[in-house]
Amino acid sequence: MSDHTRTSPRVVASVAVCTVLTLGLAGCADDSEGAHPAGRASDQEVTVYSGRSRPLVEPVLDEFEKASGITVEVRYGDTAAMAAQLQEEGSRTPADVFLAQEAGALGAVAGDDLFAGLPDEVLDKVPAAYRDEAGQWVGVTGRSRTMVHNVGQVAEDDLPQSVFELTEPEWKGKVGIAPTNGSFQAFITAMRVEHGDERTQDFLNGLKTNDAQIREGNAPIVADVDEGRLATGLVNHYYVYELAKEKGTTVDALKAKNHFFPDGDIGALVNVSGVGVLKGADDDPDARAFVDYLLGRRAQTYFAQETYEYPLVAGVASAPGLPQLSSLNTPDIDLDDLDDLRTTVEMIRDSGLA
Amino acid sequence: MASVAVVRRRVRRLVPRPALAVAAVAAVAVALIPLAYLGVRVGDAGWARISEELFRARTGELATRSLALAGVVTTSCTALGVALAFFVTRTDLPARRLFGVLAALPLAVPSYVAAFAWVSTVEAFEGFWAAALVLTLVSYPYVSLPVAAALTSADPAQEEVARSLGSGPWRTFLRVTLRQVRPAVGAGALLVALYVLSDFGAVSVLRADVFTPAVFTSISLGFDRAGALVLATVLVVLTMLIVSGEQLTRRRAARYARLGGAGRPPARLRLGRLRWLAVSGLVGTAGPALGVPAASLARWFGEGVSRPGALSGLATAAGNSLTVSAAGAGLTMLLALPLGLLGARAPGTVAVVLDRLAYLSHALPGLVIGLSLVFFGINVAYPLYQSVWLLALAYAALFLPLAVAAVGTAALQAPPALEEVARSLGRRTSHVLRTLTVPLTAPGIGAGAILVFLTCMKELPATLLLRPTGTDTLATELWSRTSVSAYAAAAPYAALLVLLAAVPTWWLSARTGVLTRAVRGGGS
Repeated sequence: MSDHTRTSPRVVASVAVCTVLTLGLAGCADDSEGAHPAGRASDQEVTVYSGRSRPLVEPVLDEFEKASGITVEVRYGDTAAMAAQLQEEGSRTPADVFLAQEAGALGAVAGDDLFAGLPDEVLDKVPAAYRDEAGQWVGVTGRSRTMVHNVGQVAEDDLPQSVFELTEPEWKGKVGIAPTNGSFQAFITAMRVEHGDERTQDFLNGLKTNDAQIREGNAPIVADVDEGRLATGLVNHYYVYELAKEKGTTVDALKAKNHFFPDGDIGALVNVSGVGVLKGADDDPDARAFVDYLLGRRAQTYFAQETYEYPLVAGVASAPGLPQLSSLNTPDIDLDDLDDLRTTVEMIRDSGLA
Repeated sequence: MASVAVVRRRVRRLVPRPALAVAAVAAVAVALIPLAYLGVRVGDAGWARISEELFRARTGELATRSLALAGVVTTSCTALGVALAFFVTRTDLPARRLFGVLAALPLAVPSYVAAFAWVSTVEAFEGFWAAALVLTLVSYPYVSLPVAAALTSADPAQEEVARSLGSGPWRTFLRVTLRQVRPAVGAGALLVALYVLSDFGAVSVLRADVFTPAVFTSISLGFDRAGALVLATVLVVLTMLIVSGEQLTRRRAARYARLGGAGRPPARLRLGRLRWLAVSGLVGTAGPALGVPAASLARWFGEGVSRPGALSGLATAAGNSLTVSAAGAGLTMLLALPLGLLGARAPGTVAVVLDRLAYLSHALPGLVIGLSLVFFGINVAYPLYQSVWLLALAYAALFLPLAVAAVGTAALQAPPALEEVARSLGRRTSHVLRTLTVPLTAPGIGAGAILVFLTCMKELPATLLLRPTGTDTLATELWSRTSVSAYAAAAPYAALLVLLAAVPTWWLSARTGVLTRAVRGGGS
């Protein structure tokens, strides 16, 4: 990390304002060919490795194909396995773009020096907190950690102000976690960065002694909370929306509700899904057009409305009922610092949670 | 006597061992690509990293638990598989043919589909014993199919002798029949044990803390390939232990090859009052093995509102599944032929060593096989990278033992003596090949191809890494939807996958003879 040169102080308030205006006024202007840097000629094709699954991104890719005339060759897979695949492929990768589910995978690929790096005008569309400091990748959507709870079982007034309270006796046996899940890992890593390894280990051990309920992933936790089999759980914010969608109902009708930890508590960490351009596509205008599209108004609106994630580009509204990202008092964590997952995994193993 | 020597020389000419051995070595080389990759990557990691990963309590715990799971599942699959095979082939069980097919069908259900089904049906269903149950229910056909085939084709003469000497029917079964089918039981049990070690789907869904999920966890959470690959190397060592263990028991077992073609059907035991006990046992096995996944799929269809997507997408995925699996099965059989023939026609140390080596990658998780062929494709065979053929090569590395076992059995059913006799009677080599060797071995080889085909269709992790970009199969599409909990959208893919896999499975069960054999000495 340390040998990465830092990007120069942003020149870009003006660029950002212009971008917002352009987006706001002219809808699709962000996919116009004119925005592309001079480079090699377009071959009207871009190969995307997508760690995000097809149901989540295919509509966006289809829209992009229609709008740009560029064919997207897409490879869907598991984000982590795909990061490993990119590391194995090295410079000979057929991929132009890596679209990842979370910052850790982007960090792993960036760590092997496989990304071309993105120009400031692309990076600056997204707040500094949600992109790589060295400019290797940029966030596309935000996903907040939250505490899902069954409204019939936990009264509003009893909700904790900090995630650390969950190790207290009153929460014994009432908290569901998914310790093998990537977003839980990232959250624990952030806790280590903010509060140190010792306090984090105490927290993990506390969860264990407090009989935290283990689940395979976030979705089963939310389903169990909604059914009343579990009182609360630590998950990402959009799972209640997914459950409502799968059940054909609205979030309001669910018994499972999100609680965002206030005051910058680490329990409200915002992680990102993001995108990076591989070295071989450094000057590929098609790859650039694709990244621009993801950060354009249409794609951002799609993610906000259909996958219930936070749009990261200014001027696009979150899903109805979801607080705006800017209104959340999120912890001040540099996502670049979340790359030491190995120690995190060790600590979770040591606690006996996984 | 002189004529025997002449025949021998001719046979040598017909089966040129050196050529066969070279082809067999080439096949084994494919199966060893993942090991070479492990060697390179683990070497890169350095000794400090290796020992850090290797010498700690958790690695020992994982190894113990993986072996225990393999032991429990193998034992129960062997008991269940032999019992089922016996009842459907050798007794006057009611609805014998139906049960014969039902006993094979769980092979069509991918372990991850079965695990999802159980989790969503039974509350708090997780852990070691849950995984043991699900893995038993999806993998006992690995034992019941070959044993049923062996039971229908075994020479009844020995049993008749035993009976005539005063042995009761059960005693005869235990002391004579079981010994005759011992190689089939051993081969099936070995496949089950290695399958359990490599399985990722069931153990991860059911949260059984064993090796394969630990390998995945290292990669997916720590982005730590080195650690994952060190762990995978331990799996190879466990495989060596299991394979050599099986080899030891095999040495003591005699081989029984029946000479001649169709032969007489074996006698069937009258079960008498035991009939209904047997029926309830079979229903009690097939019911959960097939009923739970079926009910769960039906519920997926009904429950959610996630869109199943266009029919054309389903058709494309099905077409892709069939194509890549056919390529995989074809290539695997091509590589298996020399290995299986060498084992049957030129047994000896070379053949045994090559045969055992082919097993070493079989217990590696698909993810490791996938990464190793990414490495191979990028560094050695770049033109093949992300083509169907590299995926087929991965399937070959994974499933070669399934194919070799089938070829070996088939070759033993056409003993060289038959060919020698034919040639000594003046038939030409080509004629012998056409009229004897091919007809006698083709069904067995076909069965091997079908089994590999079926297994390729269900494979997921290696397929995700190696399929050509843009080519999605039923398994990958199913994964894509279940990973975002869109179960209703996943249901058609899962259902089609199981249905398409059921066709070859039915064919395999028909082949064992339970559907066609006439009944002798018992009512039906």
